[in-house]
Amino acid sequence: MNENKIDWVTILLYVIILAFGWLNIYAACYDETHAAVFDFSTKHGKQLIWIAVSFVIAFVIALTDSRVFSSMAYLIYLFVLVLLVITLFVASVTKGGQSWIDFGSFKFQPSEFAKFATALALAKYMSTPDLDYNLLRTKMIAFSIILVSALLILLQHDTGSALVFAGFLLPMFREGMSAKILLFGLIAAVLFVLALLLDQYIYVIIGVLAAITLFYLFVWLNKRTRKHYMWAIGLFLAASLFTMSVDILFEKVLEPHQRDRIYVLLGKTEDTHKTGYNVHQSKIAIGSGELTGKGFLGGTITKADFVPEQETDFIFCTVGEEWGFVGATVVIVVYICLLLRLVKLAERQYSRFSRFYGYSVASILFVHVCINIGMVLGLLPVIGIPLPFFSYGGSSLMAFTILLFIFLRQDQERGKTI
Amino acid sequence: MASNQYQERSTVIRIIFITIGVIFIVRLAFLQIFDSKYRDLADQQALRNVTQYPARGLIYDRNGDLLVYNEAVYDLMVIPRMVKNLDTAFFCKTMGISLDDFNSRMDKARHYSPYSASIFMKQISKEEYGSWQNQLYKFHGFYVQQRTLRVYDKPIAAHVLGYVGEVDDRDIAADSYYHQGDYIGKSGLEQSYETVLRGIKGKKIMHVDVHNREIGPYRNGANDTTAVEGGNLYTTIDAKLQEYAEDLMANKRGCIVAIEPSTGEILAMASAPSYDPNLLVGRVRGENYLTLLQDISKPLFNRALQAQYPPGSIFKVAQAMTALNLGVISPSQGFPCDKSLVGCHNHPSARSVQEAIKMSCNPYFYYTYRRIIQQGKFKSIYKDSPYGLNVWNDYMHRFGFGIRLPIDLPNVKEGRIPDTAYYNKKYGSGKWAFSTIYSNSIGQGEVEVVPIQMANLACIVANRGYYYTPHIVRYYGPDSTRNEEFYTKHETGINPSYFEIAAKGMYDVVHVGGGTARRANIPDIDICGKTGTAQNSGDDHSVFIAFAPKDNPKIAVAVYVENARGGGGYWAAPIASLVIEKYIRGEVTRTDFEKMYHDATPCQKLPLPKKTKTKK
Repeated sequence: MNENKIDWVTILLYVIILAFGWLNIYAACYDETHAAVFDFSTKHGKQLIWIAVSFVIAFVIALTDSRVFSSMAYLIYLFVLVLLVITLFVASVTKGGQSWIDFGSFKFQPSEFAKFATALALAKYMSTPDLDYNLLRTKMIAFSIILVSALLILLQHDTGSALVFAGFLLPMFREGMSAKILLFGLIAAVLFVLALLLDQYIYVIIGVLAAITLFYLFVWLNKRTRKHYMWAIGLFLAASLFTMSVDILFEKVLEPHQRDRIYVLLGKTEDTHKTGYNVHQSKIAIGSGELTGKGFLGGTITKADFVPEQETDFIFCTVGEEWGFVGATVVIVVYICLLLRLVKLAERQYSRFSRFYGYSVASILFVHVCINIGMVLGLLPVIGIPLPFFSYGGSSLMAFTILLFIFLRQDQERGKTI
Repeated sequence: MASNQYQERSTVIRIIFITIGVIFIVRLAFLQIFDSKYRDLADQQALRNVTQYPARGLIYDRNGDLLVYNEAVYDLMVIPRMVKNLDTAFFCKTMGISLDDFNSRMDKARHYSPYSASIFMKQISKEEYGSWQNQLYKFHGFYVQQRTLRVYDKPIAAHVLGYVGEVDDRDIAADSYYHQGDYIGKSGLEQSYETVLRGIKGKKIMHVDVHNREIGPYRNGANDTTAVEGGNLYTTIDAKLQEYAEDLMANKRGCIVAIEPSTGEILAMASAPSYDPNLLVGRVRGENYLTLLQDISKPLFNRALQAQYPPGSIFKVAQAMTALNLGVISPSQGFPCDKSLVGCHNHPSARSVQEAIKMSCNPYFYYTYRRIIQQGKFKSIYKDSPYGLNVWNDYMHRFGFGIRLPIDLPNVKEGRIPDTAYYNKKYGSGKWAFSTIYSNSIGQGEVEVVPIQMANLACIVANRGYYYTPHIVRYYGPDSTRNEEFYTKHETGINPSYFEIAAKGMYDVVHVGGGTARRANIPDIDICGKTGTAQNSGDDHSVFIAFAPKDNPKIAVAVYVENARGGGGYWAAPIASLVIEKYIRGEVTRTDFEKMYHDATPCQKLPLPKKTKTKK
């Protein structure tokens, strides 16, 4: 049963994204005086090194017994937690965040590695034999595993990376967590946006909520039990309370620049110079690519440093500008294919550990793609997280490679019993 | 084996993934395909259209000497939106402007457009530009564009050459070639040959980065066009003669027009008072223009083409030719000098047309004109006179009077040859006859003539009956293009033998006792001329037309001196003779004579031009 081949479809998709990503980093940093591919003083040159290192890591993982990961899961998790704590004290401040540790000239971002470590630990816990998911204790422990790392990252002012941990809701949903949590999350998000947009008409929102509640109770519902009434009224009160406290949450919890970004996104403030500058330029770059793009190295906006974070978080505008709608669509399709492939692989696992881990990989990648491209397209507020396998950066590329290949190795050895 | 009870939930997750993918693709389609504004925004901020201004065409005189050429200057351009982190104090110090000046210039530029370039400071000299050229990179949003300015070696022919000025809104609306800040010929040759001189603008598209630094040519210059230099004008003006004529007129008011009769080429055209064409160039232009415009002696006014004067007695030549050709008089026709009809000076009665021209007898031409106007075709003089006037009108038009000669300069006036409509309006139909209009016979009354038409009359006599349209440009541009109109002979249709009589009469004017312009006599040069003394509200104008030599003439001249007491023979004739001598001999041998007329100021004191600024 352990004669399976590693999944070459996934590896092919991985290599396509890597290669096309590198090509766009090359274009984004293009400078005629440093056009040589193997010029290691340049970002595209350095990225080549990271790609090579990632291949080595992938190869090492492919030779490792997959059982090591499940048995070492908690240890790895603890190790990364310690690293995150250390980071808080020794970190150098980069771009407003404090998530980097310097090793000489090499900067290292532990939060990138927290993702696969948390995934391993959570998968390990969730696959504990005879675990009763319905116990409050189980839920508490599972959420603690997620929240501890997320909070440590949040303390580093790296909101984007912390947000990624919300992705674990998907594998938990798959394993049987009540769908209500996802639904509540969605409703909360909608109410949050509505409350911010219609801040003067909060009572209108509450009125509509009340109307929906009454409609639910007296028109839709067939069986009117006491329990139903309690639930409906309780939900209504909770939603109303949430809506009314949105502005307090908004003011107290979020940082000023985050508030500005959200206001810009919602169109409450017109701004193309300061907070809205990145997204405005990003939209110009992508929009001006039109159907077929301006051609490789032909981007006039990306070539001229109009978009900040061009090669990292905003790498997708280079695609949009130089490869047009066609190229950008291909990239999105490739990512969706990768995600669907991972779901397919996860579903063929025999162990709950590897299935949960597989879904975690897909979900983490999904949240990254979602937030990154959503931000670049001006659909989401500016949250700086990289596009997996695509953005410039050694830590994230290595961490994503580790994340992915641990799962591919488990998939290859899915016949082995734990 | 793990429990797999929630497997259907994987479908929900797949749907979430696909949904997000679809949302992104739809969003991309809106950004990239359905909304074209982003392309414009991108081009606006990352591309800079640098106009390549062609050098304006040069202007040469008939001997190949340069009259007008160009020098390089620089315009400091600004794109207000791109101006960032500017050290305003340092900038103002570098450019030598005050903070208020800076603010008003910036406001003006912003008002024009925050996104596109406008001129911040114009016509900066090469030296000034050089002094801060290496500081320019510090000023984001500013760059320099090269332009050219006109330069005149000799301060002559201002009215002929005209001047160049910035386009106004009407110019921009009329021709898409022009954009704000461009230059256009505003008068003279600069105006009439604008489309030849301006050339074709080129366009260079530069790729600029977020700091407004040029990265390089966009698409390696694939969309660029090169500027095509303006075409040169090869004129008929003789620079030396032009300078001489202007010099003679410097302290007088009036004009000199000299034409080569065999071709219609204008050799010189001087209008006094004049101005130094260098005054209307560069940054001092606006101020100087206003000063010149307000000057009551009207230095900007080109009398040679725009002044409409009573011609005085020179007009008699055309009357004699008309009457002879109509057969209403014969060459040996005599008329008594009857001063009761019209005033005259003391001279014996003329016994022939030739004598009448020589002595310029007013009553003689009163009779002659009566025979033209009242030919006896109708019994009523009120019907006969309009008939005669129509015939006369036709003849005068053949002489180039009362029509606009299609000269290659702008704003040429046509003068006035009164017709029946004119008199019907003035006196009423059937209420006028010869007796009402006889003053026309001696170039007074309602007749008005432009000096160029007077010179053209001299050409017609010199050619014995025809003329070529006077013109300034022989040919132009790289292909030596010619205007065919200037090579078309215009016949008067009058028998050349009659013109021989006119030529003899005009010869006698200068050479024979009793002639009215003996002062114009030049030894060895057979000059033929006709004086005129035009009455007007002030002192008489002194008029003289001439050509020389009598046979195979090389030059025809008209001189008009305003308010010069003593008549045509006293002022205009000697000046004309000096111009003729200068042209035919190359120098003037009669130096004392020359000095006298050069220094003399015939008119009442001229209001001197106000002080004008000189070019930096």
